[in-house]
Amino acid sequence: MVRAGHDDGFVVFDHVQKSYDGETLVVKDLDLSIGKGEFLTMLGPSGSGKTTCLMMLAGFETATHGDIRLAGRPINHIPPHRRGIGMVFQNYALFPHMTVGENLSFPLEVRRMSRSDREAKVMRALDMVQMGQFVNRRPAQLSGGQQQRIALARALVFEPELVLMDEPLGALDKQLREHMQFEIKHLHDRLGVTVVYVTHDQGEALTMSDRIAVFNDGRIQQLAPPQVLYERPDNSFVAQFIGENNRLEGVVEQLGPDRCTVRLTNGEIIDAAPVNVRGAGERTVISIRPERVEFMPERLPPGAHTLEAEVLEFIYMGDMFRTRLRVAGSDNFVIKSRNSAGQARLRPGETLRIGWLAEDCRALDAA
Amino acid sequence: MSDIPIGPTATARQQRLETADGTPLKSALARASRRQKLRALALVAPLALFIIVTFVLPIGQMLLRSVNNTQFSDNMPALVQWFAENPPGIDPDEAAFAALVSDLRNGAAQRTVGSVGTRINYEVPGTRSLFTATARRAADLEPPYREALLEVNSDWAREDIWAAMRGASQAYTANFYLAAVDRKRDLDGNIVQSDPQNRVYVQLFLRTFMLSGVITLICLLLGFPVAHLLATLPLRKSNLLMILVLLPFWTSLLVRTTSWIVLLQGQGVVNNVLVALGVIGDDGRLALMYNQAGTIIAMTHVLLPFMILPLYSVMKTIPPSYARAARSLGATSWTTFRRIYLPQTIPGIGAGSILVFILAMGYYITPALVGGATGQLISNQIAFHMQNSLNWSLAAALAALLLGAVLLLYWVYDRLVGIDNMKLG
Repeated sequence: MVRAGHDDGFVVFDHVQKSYDGETLVVKDLDLSIGKGEFLTMLGPSGSGKTTCLMMLAGFETATHGDIRLAGRPINHIPPHRRGIGMVFQNYALFPHMTVGENLSFPLEVRRMSRSDREAKVMRALDMVQMGQFVNRRPAQLSGGQQQRIALARALVFEPELVLMDEPLGALDKQLREHMQFEIKHLHDRLGVTVVYVTHDQGEALTMSDRIAVFNDGRIQQLAPPQVLYERPDNSFVAQFIGENNRLEGVVEQLGPDRCTVRLTNGEIIDAAPVNVRGAGERTVISIRPERVEFMPERLPPGAHTLEAEVLEFIYMGDMFRTRLRVAGSDNFVIKSRNSAGQARLRPGETLRIGWLAEDCRALDAA
Repeated sequence: MSDIPIGPTATARQQRLETADGTPLKSALARASRRQKLRALALVAPLALFIIVTFVLPIGQMLLRSVNNTQFSDNMPALVQWFAENPPGIDPDEAAFAALVSDLRNGAAQRTVGSVGTRINYEVPGTRSLFTATARRAADLEPPYREALLEVNSDWAREDIWAAMRGASQAYTANFYLAAVDRKRDLDGNIVQSDPQNRVYVQLFLRTFMLSGVITLICLLLGFPVAHLLATLPLRKSNLLMILVLLPFWTSLLVRTTSWIVLLQGQGVVNNVLVALGVIGDDGRLALMYNQAGTIIAMTHVLLPFMILPLYSVMKTIPPSYARAARSLGATSWTTFRRIYLPQTIPGIGAGSILVFILAMGYYITPALVGGATGQLISNQIAFHMQNSLNWSLAAALAALLLGAVLLLYWVYDRLVGIDNMKLG
């Protein structure tokens, strides 16, 4: 388990376990420390336990075992309304019978704030998301993106130090979603609040986060900044889940400190960086990103092993070319190349040799 | 190139769009959708016909009957003509008595005098026999008829009877509505209160409203938590609960009401248990039925599903994330309920309440069985007049008032909450 950087531990999960039925654990021994001001994303497929973690932090679920601490204080037994945590819900959960202004004013009213303070704060929060002129509208009269902004403003209006977001952009179309990703990111930078963000969209996670915790099967598979996660996945689940990935199965032939050779199933040999392989003779899955595969002979590193490949399909994607190859018996080997001037367009049936830098190719567990 | 006039004409032509072959777009659209419209009409026609025959016509008939009664005017033509020729204020003269005798003779021959007597009896109680007895001897009467009739029965000189006959000579009358609100016309035609022993309906209307209100309130208080459970429990448990809620619908109303009699009577289960537990003494058994308490208990039980179902259907649509959002924003569970949950259930509360209230106002069988004397509602009086006193016009007037009250209630509800805000399922 990685505990990089932020060690002041504003939010701490300490050996947290959660079971709903007393027979299976949904969250298995979770250790996680989130720094103050950090943007941490919990990423994982559905059923991986990420939303359960968020709900335990918000106070809507109780941890079966272990402590959750907020600013050093155990909060297991504090009811949700006294935790002072802002939350943005998947479907926004704007109160339909209240206007936008009343929605934002609600958290201030229950904190018994004076009327003038309330109005000032509501307007400031609305201006922050550029929704000032919508104060008297009802949620139903707003578009999805506008509702999203209001939900964001409502979670921030009472100035919580921690804001939780549960797949807040899931209901928006692609363009709006990308736009809102930047807006949320900018708000986070500007306000300095700590954000715990749950999503199953890896693009969203990579764009926005300081660190990403990849969940699977109730455990954090890897906790790292986006760049590390993408370029140096710890195991084959993370490699497969984040971004597009080519996997080839084989057996470790030779294992050095930072280099190993792998014999693929069809007998060809390739170089890779060993990540979690322990010795020669062990089965492994090597992982290589499509955009790191080289097929121009002059760009291949000298002396590196190369593989025979046959072009099966060439897909024009606008800014990119996506080419599907048959490599070492696998029909699903994909390479991506930028649509730049002079870029080669491969034709189906063509054969070529491909290769890569050994450090871009990672030998992972054979899961 | 000459100037082509561009102005109002050009704009008007643009507004009237045409299809490719030049027919106006609107008529083309109408033609295209005519078949569909006709088919839709044909599909609803049987139901429309059914509703007209079984709903609109009977109610129209009833409303007509409440202001139209021809029992007297059809059967006493001579006297009706005398009333028409002599305006109010003129005392009945010999001609009037002659007309009366002639009508009574006819009535005796055609056996319609009983109906005539019944009609006047509505206005002046105890006069039916005056008509039937006199008619039996009418054939033997000799002029002068005034003296002859007074000899048969001196009541024929009574002004109130003549006033009632003058009133009844008109087929159309508002007298039944007056009677339904405990009013009548005095000799001069002014509207005054009925005699104290006859004032029952206003009080009964008030009691009906009051009891319906109490029943609605109890149903709401009992039904709200059940509906909430139904909406939030996991599917398997909520299905079981739903079956329990619907169970009463599968049992005859009569059986349910009788089982309440078994439970509530003086020697019934409830009293026996209380006595056995020592809560009350054997001589202090509670009177739980044949009074208002019985009506309230039994009707609440019968009407409870009508409150729960609309509430449930509304609560089902309220996602739990609203409550979570409110809690995360700092609201206590009570504030969350009061400010967030309750306002969103208003359409269900409105629909359930108005449904239960209206059903309760017209309820008949349960109060008749367990209501005793003090637990009767207005519908029991309507039934009485339909089946026993056979004063259908009064029954119709009472029913029309009840209908009017319900419509008024609807209007008020629409003003306060808005009918669009109601959700029945």
